[in-house]
This record gives sequence, C-alpha cells and structure tokens, in this order.
Amino acid sequence: MIELRYEKAVDPASAMQLHGGRGTARYLGGGTNLVDLMREEIEQPGLVVDVTGLSGDIRETDGGGLLIGAGVKNTALAEHRAVRARYPLLSRAILSGASGQIRNMATVGGNILQRTRCYYFYDDAARCNKRSPESGCDAIDGFNRIHAVLGTSPACVATHPSDMCVALVALDAVVHLQGASGARAIPLTDLHRLPDGHPEIETVLEPGELITAIEIPNLPFAARSTYRKVRDRASYAFALVSVAAALDVEHGIVRDARIGLGGVATKPWRARAAERAVVGKAATEANFRAAAEAELENASPLSGNGFKIELAKRTIVHTLGELA
Amino acid sequence: MKFDTPATTNPIDRLKVVGKATDRIEGPLKTTGTAPYAYERHDAVADPAYGYIVGAGIAKGRIVSMDLAAARAAPGVIAIVTAANAGKLGKGKFNTAKLLGGPEVDHYHQAIALVVAGTFEQARAAAALVHVHYARTRGNFDLAAAKSSAQPPKAGGIGGKPDTAVGDFAGAFAQAPVSLDATYTTPVHSHAMMEPHASIASWNGDQLTIYTSNQMINWSKGDVAATLGIPAEKVRLISPYIGGGFGGKLFVRADAIMAALGAKAAGRPVKVTLQRPLMFNNTTHRPATIQRIRIGAGQDGRITAIGHEGWSGDLPGGGPETAVNQTRLLYAGPNRMTATRLAVLDLPEGNAMRAPGEAPGLMALEIAIDEMAEKLGMDPVRFRILNDTQVDPEQPSREFSQRQLVECLRLGAERFGWDKRVAKPGSVRDGRWLIGMGVAAGIRNNLLMKSAARVRLDSHGIVTVETDMTDIGTGTYTIIAQTAAETMGLPLDSVIVKLGDSSFPASAGSGGQWGANNSTAGVYAACMTLRDKVAQALGLNAADVDFADGQVRSGNRSIALGDAARSGELVAEDGIEYGDLDKTYQQSTFAGHFVEAAVDAATGEIRIRRMLAVCAAGRILNPKAARSQVIGAMTMGVGAALMEELAVDTRFGFFVNHDLAGYEVPVHADIPHQEVIFLDEEDPISSPMKAKGVGELGLCGVGAAVANAVYNATGVRVRDYPITLDKHLGRLPTLT
Repeated sequence: MIELRYEKAVDPASAMQLHGGRGTARYLGGGTNLVDLMREEIEQPGLVVDVTGLSGDIRETDGGGLLIGAGVKNTALAEHRAVRARYPLLSRAILSGASGQIRNMATVGGNILQRTRCYYFYDDAARCNKRSPESGCDAIDGFNRIHAVLGTSPACVATHPSDMCVALVALDAVVHLQGASGARAIPLTDLHRLPDGHPEIETVLEPGELITAIEIPNLPFAARSTYRKVRDRASYAFALVSVAAALDVEHGIVRDARIGLGGVATKPWRARAAERAVVGKAATEANFRAAAEAELENASPLSGNGFKIELAKRTIVHTLGELA
Repeated sequence: MKFDTPATTNPIDRLKVVGKATDRIEGPLKTTGTAPYAYERHDAVADPAYGYIVGAGIAKGRIVSMDLAAARAAPGVIAIVTAANAGKLGKGKFNTAKLLGGPEVDHYHQAIALVVAGTFEQARAAAALVHVHYARTRGNFDLAAAKSSAQPPKAGGIGGKPDTAVGDFAGAFAQAPVSLDATYTTPVHSHAMMEPHASIASWNGDQLTIYTSNQMINWSKGDVAATLGIPAEKVRLISPYIGGGFGGKLFVRADAIMAALGAKAAGRPVKVTLQRPLMFNNTTHRPATIQRIRIGAGQDGRITAIGHEGWSGDLPGGGPETAVNQTRLLYAGPNRMTATRLAVLDLPEGNAMRAPGEAPGLMALEIAIDEMAEKLGMDPVRFRILNDTQVDPEQPSREFSQRQLVECLRLGAERFGWDKRVAKPGSVRDGRWLIGMGVAAGIRNNLLMKSAARVRLDSHGIVTVETDMTDIGTGTYTIIAQTAAETMGLPLDSVIVKLGDSSFPASAGSGGQWGANNSTAGVYAACMTLRDKVAQALGLNAADVDFADGQVRSGNRSIALGDAARSGELVAEDGIEYGDLDKTYQQSTFAGHFVEAAVDAATGEIRIRRMLAVCAAGRILNPKAARSQVIGAMTMGVGAALMEELAVDTRFGFFVNHDLAGYEVPVHADIPHQEVIFLDEEDPISSPMKAKGVGELGLCGVGAAVANAVYNATGVRVRDYPITLDKHLGRLPTLT
C-alpha cells in the first residue's frame, strides 16, 4: 500500500520545496479530479502538496487586464464583478461546468490541469497510452462518441474536458509559472501539448513547476462575448461541443474575433483558422459558416464522433450569430 | 386469508388514514442521516474488516493463473478469497452467472477475488497487486449480429409464452389499406441506483447474518443458502433501508456472497460494497432489444392486424426481455401475433429493471402507434381511444377488472391542452426552439403475490407490524402503517413498522409494482386476525365489534384497544393468498402520458418543457408517496428516451461507460415541470385493499411520449433510443 503524505504549502517556494519535482508528488487544488483519480488508482501519488492556500486573489493589472491567483475557486472567478462585466464568456464557461458544489471546491490551477474523461483511460483493464505509455489505445476503434476530432494522434483521441480553459485560450490568457529555475509566463495555448506520440505528457510543465496565476489581457470587445455548451443533458455533463467567442463588430463588419472550442479537441482549442476567416468580413451567417468550415477542415472523425464536426460548425455559426 | 372472491365493504373503506396524502413515517430518519444503511451498520457489527472485489478484466475465457503473493504480503491483508479456495459453491435460483467466477470467466467484472484487509485503503491497494493472467475466448457481444441465431426462450415464468397468435395476422396485414412495418431498438439500461450493492456479513458459528441492501428478502435468503450450500434457516438477512433498487436488488449479488465468504475466511465480520465502476458490469441490467412492429388498419382507423416481435440476448440459461407482452393486451384487433426471441450474448447477465418488458416494449409500440395515427391522418389520442378494448384481445372472455385508459387519455388531453398541438410536425417555433407535443399510453399488469405479516398489540395500544417486506424508497413503511392504523382504528402514530428482516414473516417483497397492494393486503389480513384476538381477549363477539379512535366498541361498551393486551402482548400472524381472480379477470394499471419537448433548431439539443401523467391504478393508498413514485418514474422515462445507454464495446464485451459520469441520467435541470393525476378507482378484484401499484406504470410509455413530442417538434423520426442530438442533427428543418 502506498502511504499517502499530505503537506500544506504556505507559499510557492515551500510548495516547490515540498514537491521536490518528484514523479510521485502532486499539487492538490480542490481535489475534485485528483481525488477521483486516486480512488480509481489511476493516480497514485505518495505525496500531495495542498496549494489551495496560495494566491487566491484576483487583481487588476497595469495593462487593464486581470491577474487571477491559481488558488482562486472556480465559483469566485465566475462571480467576480470584473469577470462578469468584461469577460462574460469566462464566467459563463465556468458556470456551465460541473456543479455548484464542485465549483466551490475547484481551483483555477486544478481546472487547467484536470485530466481527460475518456472511458478507457478510467478502466484499467483497457489499453490506454495516456495511463500506461505505449500500451495502445482502445478508444480509437472503440466507443468514441465523446472523443476528439481535432489535435488527435494515432496514440490518443481523448478530449481535454475543461470549459474554463476554452474561454481562457480565446482570451489569450497567460499562465504564470514558478519552477526550480525561476518564474516564467507562457500563453495558455502553449501549456497543453498535443498528444502526438506521448499522450502521457500532457503539458510543458517542468517537474515540480507550479502554476501561480493566470493573466487575462485587456480585451474591451470581450464584453460582447459568450460561451455556448452543447451536451446530452441540461447540466452536469461534459461538452459534446462548446464554443467560447468574443466578437468585435462595427458597421456590420467583423473587426476582431476570438473563438475557442471545447469537447472536440485534445487540448483547449483556439480556433485561429476560424478567426482569420471571419475578421474583416461582413458579420453574416454565410461568413460565419465559412469560418467554421475553415476551422474544422482538417478534423478527423472516428467511428462514433463524426457528428461533432457538423455540430461544432453549427454551434460556431449560432454563437457568432448571437454576438453579431 | 384467502382472497378468492371480489372484495366487499371492509375496514379499509373507511379511508380515515388510508388514501390520505401522508408524509413518510421514516422520513425524518432519512433527512437527518440517522437511518442506517447496510454499509453503515456499525451499531450492529463492531470492527468489521473490509473486502475489496477484484473484477474480471475479460468478458469471456478463463483464468490461467492468479498471482496472489504480492497481495497477500501487503499491509493489513487478512484473507483473499478466490474460486480456488472458497470451497464448492452453488448458484442461486435467481442468478444466471456465478457470483464468484474462476477459473471460467462468464462476464466482464465478474468477481474473481475478494481481498480482505483491516482498512478499505489496505484492501484496495492489495487488490491492485493481484495479478491475473487470462486466456480470452471469443464471445458474442453484439445483439444485432446475434439476432439471426436467436431462439424461442423456454415458456413459463413471468414472461409467458414465446409466441402468441390470434386469427390470420399475415393475411390481414397484407390486405390492410394502411400499414406500418418498422423496427425499433432500445439500448442496455443500468439501474444506476444511488446506493451501490453493499453488505456486512457476520458468522456466529454456522449462523450467518448479512446486513444488506435487497428488495426481496425471502428470495434472497434462499439464494444465499443455495450459493453457500447451507440451510436457509441458518441465514438471516437484514435490510431495513435501501437506497434505491429499481430491480437491481431483487437478487443476491456478489457483495453479499463475497462478504459471507470473506468473513468466513477472515474469522471476523467483513463489509463489502461494489465499487462504483463495478456496478455496471458486475450486476444485472435491462437488456437491449430489437423490436419489429407491424400494424394494419382500415381507413376508418380500426386496427385489423397487430404484430410485435422482440429480440434480446442473455448469457446461457438467462431469460429474454419480454418487450412484446403488453402488445397482447393494449389494443383491439382481430388478427394478432407476438414473438419473443432470445440470443446468447456473453455480456453481463440481463434481468429485471423497473417495468421489465413494458418499459422498452412501450418505447417501441407507442412510437409505432404514433406513426400509424399519422399515416391515417388521425389524432393519436383519438386513434388510441378508437382501438381501446375492455377485454383481453387474445381471450375475449376475460374482462379487465378495471380499465380506464380512455379516461386517462381524455382527461390528460384536456388538462395538457392537447388541442393546441399542431399535427404537422416541425411547424411550431419559439425563438430558436422547435416545439412539439407527444402522447403515449401506458399499461402495466397487477401481479398478485402472497404476503404475510405479524402484528403485535401492547397494553399502551401500540401496534407493531413485522414483515420482511422492504421499502426501497417507495413509501412502504408509511402505507403499511396506514393500513394497520385503518384496520385497527388507530391514529398513524400508534403504529410501529419493522421491515426487511428475514426473521419476520415472508412478504411479497418490492418488485414489479406488486409491493404496495400485496404487502398491505398481508398486513390487513394479519390485523383482521388480531382484531379477532382482541375481541376474544375482551370477551366480545368479533362479528359486531367496531375498531375506531383507539377504542374497541361493541353495543354501548367502549374499551381502550390496549386493554386487550393488559395481561400480555397479543400477537397475530397471517397473510394474503390469492385464488384465481387473476385468471378470470385481466388486472392491469393504465396511464396516459403527455410531453412537451423543445429541440434547438441549430444544435438539435432536446429539452423537456412539461410532462403530465394521468394514472388509473386502483385505490391510491398514499397519494403523496404515489405521486413521488410516478414523477420519479417519469424522470427515468426521460432518461431512457434521451440519454441512458450502457454502450457495449462489441470487441471486448463490456459496458464502456461504467460510472455515473459516463452513464448519464436526468438531472434537475432536465425536468422542469411534472404533473400527476390519479383517477378515482377502486379495484375490488385485486385485493381487500382494492389497490394496485403505480411505481412502474409511471415509467410505462413515457419514453415514447418523449419520442413522439420530439418528432412532432422536428419531423425527424428516430427509432433508435436514446434520441440523442446526433441522430437527428443532419435532418432538422433548416433555419429560416
């Protein structure tokens, strides 16, 4: 039996020291995903370092954006006045996820690092390259209705389940990290890796590196933004497709656009092809459709998830239409 | 008490307590967390060890070797039970596969070992160290592929005959001016109850006590004994509170047997719960079906031919999903056939889930009826009413004891505003939503099962009822208390009800919506015997004694009921047994289900807007508990219609989405508005209670009412459940 040690960090330095970059150590946020995975014995850490006491502030940056501590609870972020007023897509994305109880526990850092809900990842009798590297993938030819159509590889088709991250990538959020070699900041779009041949390596984080904060740049037109989540039941379900979008329209012309996709990709998906296709064009349904087509052009369906391509297109069109 | 002639006026008819909307008498225990469930019986069993089940990692094949060395050496491990060391085990009458597999593996997640340790965490960690080497063999996991090999199941049992035929179905169908020939599918459903199977087993010498969560104590007592090879009188099952069953706890499952074996091996009590991920493949499920329905009618809308064939699969020795049976009774028509076929599938064993047969059967039949009505250009409520029958269509000499389906449909249509439905599908819009209304009929038979109880009267006038009947969240405690209070002329709070203990007289148990009518009839019988004893003790003539207001009255004498027990507790034991009234009459319950659904025109998402059920089900013993049963069933019907599916990985033979994150059932946000109406009905043919049941009726037809509402909204007919958005997305009406 693996003895589990629990330590509570008081600041980032003590967190990193306690963690020590060991492969058997995990940072613990709200525990709403990590503890589930421990119960299922998919994660078997020998040490959890509780970082929920760190950086729970949301404050304005000099540039007019927000700096959000990694320990901020999902509920607090969704309800924050500035978030609701200036980044409604983020507030709505968070509120569309999980349940009130879970959002009260879950932290921003933990949400970013949550792991896939692929059924085969959870079943230790099944083959899974993410759980057991180079063992094979039973999802690719299995029951894959919930799986990804973008960013997939022959090794893995599992989706990243976060709603919050979809809004954050659309907002060009930057992740602040603290590691053994110092602090750095990288775009959130660069934090999660595509699975390629190594789906077990999910992020570019160095061993023991800690997410300390998320920074959202100033983006005035994000006041006109939304998050649309399509799922099989009305609440408490992961997205089949979700769209985070902000649109800057003047005189019927799209001046700028931000689009993120969830439920369809192996990482929180920034839909740059769609953005490129629509910026400078008239805000019409036909142009939105063309943008959606551009984004999904290289989507690769599996036996059970082909519907997500058309569903994603329709949801993009509908969401942009609502904002236009 | 033998019930073989229709009930006349009896003490229940006073309806001072019975028939009143009554809060659950055990409700405060549940809302305060003080009703102990099986896994929490620390009060009864001190210091149990913990068992953790190892489930098979293959669906079919054999265990070549099992390395237990590392697990045995792990901290805290007390014992490991496998088929190799468990001794010879039998199999219960109600089990298809063995509850402890090995070396042969019959299905995925079949228990193949139990690791017993001092703590749960130790047991779990050690279980992960059990290394099993399997040899897989090929199995049949795909119903569609196995369909052509399906055979008629053996006749008898609740399922009835595999084939029925009246008149010339083929000829009449071929000649019918309007006809439908369509195939429908329903997927595997899981009971997915909140409380998983859980047991604490404790041996005292050769006497075994199991605190468990089980709907049918008497069946299960026998099956525990049969499995362990011990006499039934050495087994005691205790199951006073049950956190949901839906048919999944009708039978002994691996938790109880493995706890008993573990406790024997460990030499101390052992508690076992099925881990949530095992709940879906280790236990039973509602089997998937393929159903072909053919209906022929004249231009006048009268059905001339109706045929229903159903295919399902199960492990060898298992039974079919009897999806065609309601079609034998629901509509008139001179030429008819039904056929049930069973294929061998190497999936976990199928068995009863709430409204077995009718739930999936009506999901298909009641879409077919909607399709026929449309072909005839007839309103679907009117089409159903036109084809109503007041007799068993296969045996017209048998009348229904009560049949108010037409009344259910008429009243439902009126209350729901059915006249506002636009027959042409896809024609009503509300912003981005396409709106539709659907209707379906529901039928579920009333099953008669003998049921016994013991009642005790003490000198304070308190009556205590003891029966092995169970309350699976349905309100049984309360209706039994109401029955005893009514019969003995007492207020509700003068009755104590004790349930779920195999040392009590055997009851009907909870299943097949038979629990309410039969168990209360058994309690009524015992109370009538107690009344005789009271009269005798007080020196009164039982024939002219009145029991009311806690008093026993005869002529001008009025004596406190408790006085009859002044010189010692009075105890009476009796039960209800039935003659052949269920052969003379067809006894069924009926419902009209109405649903309004909205479909997002862009994404195809389906959301229910409102639902109405009108039920005719005999006397309603407690309208509040009955309403709760029906709205819960309606919710389950929405799940079946729109989201519930245990997905089969047909390569490996297991249910893939085997937890509550993957197997979605409706949440509150899916169910905005539900209304239930019970018609006034008493059925003197059913029992002295004149009641029937509603727990399954509430589900029967709901799925099709949803499906028909979705069709009315979109114009896209989906015949394969669940109706998820991907099945109609590409065919939705284009936005304008």
